[in-house]
Amino acid sequence: MSRTLSDVMVLERSAYLSTVQARHDEGYIYLADLTCVDYLNNPTRDLVDGVSLERFELVVNLRAFAPPAIVRLRVQVPEQDPLMPSIFGFYPGAEAMEREVFDLFGIRFEDHPDLTRILLPEDWEGHPLRKDYGVGRVPVQFKEVKRNR
Amino acid sequence: MTNAIYTVIRPEGDNRFGLVQETSEGLQELGDRSTTSAAALAKEIGSTLRIPEGEAELEGDSDDGRMIINMGPQHPSTHGVLRIMLEIEGETVLRSKPVVGYLHTGMEKTAENLTYLQGTTNVTRMDYLSPLNNELVFCLAAESLLGIELPERATWIRMLMSELNRIASHVMWLATNGMDLGSTSMMIFGFRDREMVLSFFEKTSGLRMNNNYIRVGGVAADLPDGWEDDVTAVIDTIEARTHDYDELITGQPIFRERVVGVGTLSPQEAVALSASGPILRASGVPWDLRKEMPYLFYDQIDFDVIVGSVGDTYDRYAVRLFEIRESISIVRQIIDRMPRGPYRALDPKVTPPPRARIDESMEALIHHFKLFTEGIRIPPGESYVAIESPRGELGCYMVSDGSARPFRMHIRGPSFVNLQSLPVMLHGGLLADAVAVISSVDPVMGEVDR
Repeated sequence: MSRTLSDVMVLERSAYLSTVQARHDEGYIYLADLTCVDYLNNPTRDLVDGVSLERFELVVNLRAFAPPAIVRLRVQVPEQDPLMPSIFGFYPGAEAMEREVFDLFGIRFEDHPDLTRILLPEDWEGHPLRKDYGVGRVPVQFKEVKRNR
Repeated sequence: MTNAIYTVIRPEGDNRFGLVQETSEGLQELGDRSTTSAAALAKEIGSTLRIPEGEAELEGDSDDGRMIINMGPQHPSTHGVLRIMLEIEGETVLRSKPVVGYLHTGMEKTAENLTYLQGTTNVTRMDYLSPLNNELVFCLAAESLLGIELPERATWIRMLMSELNRIASHVMWLATNGMDLGSTSMMIFGFRDREMVLSFFEKTSGLRMNNNYIRVGGVAADLPDGWEDDVTAVIDTIEARTHDYDELITGQPIFRERVVGVGTLSPQEAVALSASGPILRASGVPWDLRKEMPYLFYDQIDFDVIVGSVGDTYDRYAVRLFEIRESISIVRQIIDRMPRGPYRALDPKVTPPPRARIDESMEALIHHFKLFTEGIRIPPGESYVAIESPRGELGCYMVSDGSARPFRMHIRGPSFVNLQSLPVMLHGGLLADAVAVISSVDPVMGEVDR
């Protein structure tokens, strides 16, 4: 199925906030989705010229209601300094989504009102959706206990 | 917007949607929420509690009568394990904060280690009240990268199943809402009626809930013989019973006292907070992905978008009740128009061959073996596909690196995003109304804590 209404923009981090603001003013008033991808050791994605490859990519889907349209921003986030401006000022709905990205990828958002872990306990170590965070196993308790009958 | 829009009709004399607060000078109305500008809302300091989750006990009882109490995570009305920190003064809720994550299942991480065939089973565990919608969005995302053509019948079957699932999910919501508001009969009726839909799913896919019926490249099996009669019997019964529900709850004074004017959310707030589904529509925004950005064959179907006028708990109830009737009408049209033909894509790289072919053809055996050991290979790329699940915009962002497993699969859970509007709805209301408001958001915790 082709999604003819979709539109993808690949951005540097420095252009992120101004692009979001421009789209917001154009009528993309609804934040559909905000997530992140960890492209550790994977340079296979298509980028435009002038945008350098970084480890993380923040993916923001913005939606306009009339006429219906969706635009996707893909922003490169470097590994050494994973700090992004928060878009909470434009889209209050970004609050939980940015917290989720912070929780699972370790990307910090400047000016977020309450940047704490959302899905994991506050004292959890590491960011599980990073590619270098292995799939953990919880040891099964009581597995060795012999049955009485 | 050009589409026909029905507004939920409210009985005469129902204009109690401003917030009213008891003060030392008598009742004071706080004014309509729609006067709040979007910029003021963007800060929204007033409704969301911004203190760390561990500190709820420390605040304790203070001198000015304010205190922080925790509702849940094991409260019967939180629809799973949801904890809400509420700052209350007397019985008025000032600020609140939903605390999620008690169920965190790591579906997105798990999906990176499963093939696309196993992936559909994985995603049904998220929103366990509408598993077929989850499968659908996962498959649509994979297919948009794969670029294959589906037979018409497969798409119509998918529509039939996802609409039936919407009916089952909304009936289930009516049941749990009835339970939260003390209507035991509604709870029992809802569960009873949902079971009819589930038994049709069981007949079709073999399982009641975690169906794994919609798969990449089509559906797992054709509909059973005589499915038209089964489905007609189910929707006729449920349609008759929606009138019973109407009689049982809509006009009932106790129900109306508890929901009318409670938990109001203005259209500006709903859009700013990224709310979707019945919550957004109840606030008066006529946005339905089936209508505005059609997927499957929804552009060939005639149906209406239900919108509310006030955005209170009553509107969210009414929108869902009317959506059941719209879905029934959609199902009727699907029954009339269901074409014959194959129900899976005929591409051997995607669809396993029929069992009989394996005995005859070496090629078929090889394809079968490759598909079930290694899985489908999907070309590199990324796509975001969104569908209208019973709870709102269910999106799937999928990245493939060309292997047989998704490089990254992200689900935009409508419950997760909708929960953000809970503090705004609860703000200024009574503690006793919190149960009704939480129920009207219809959160499924499996989807919140993916």
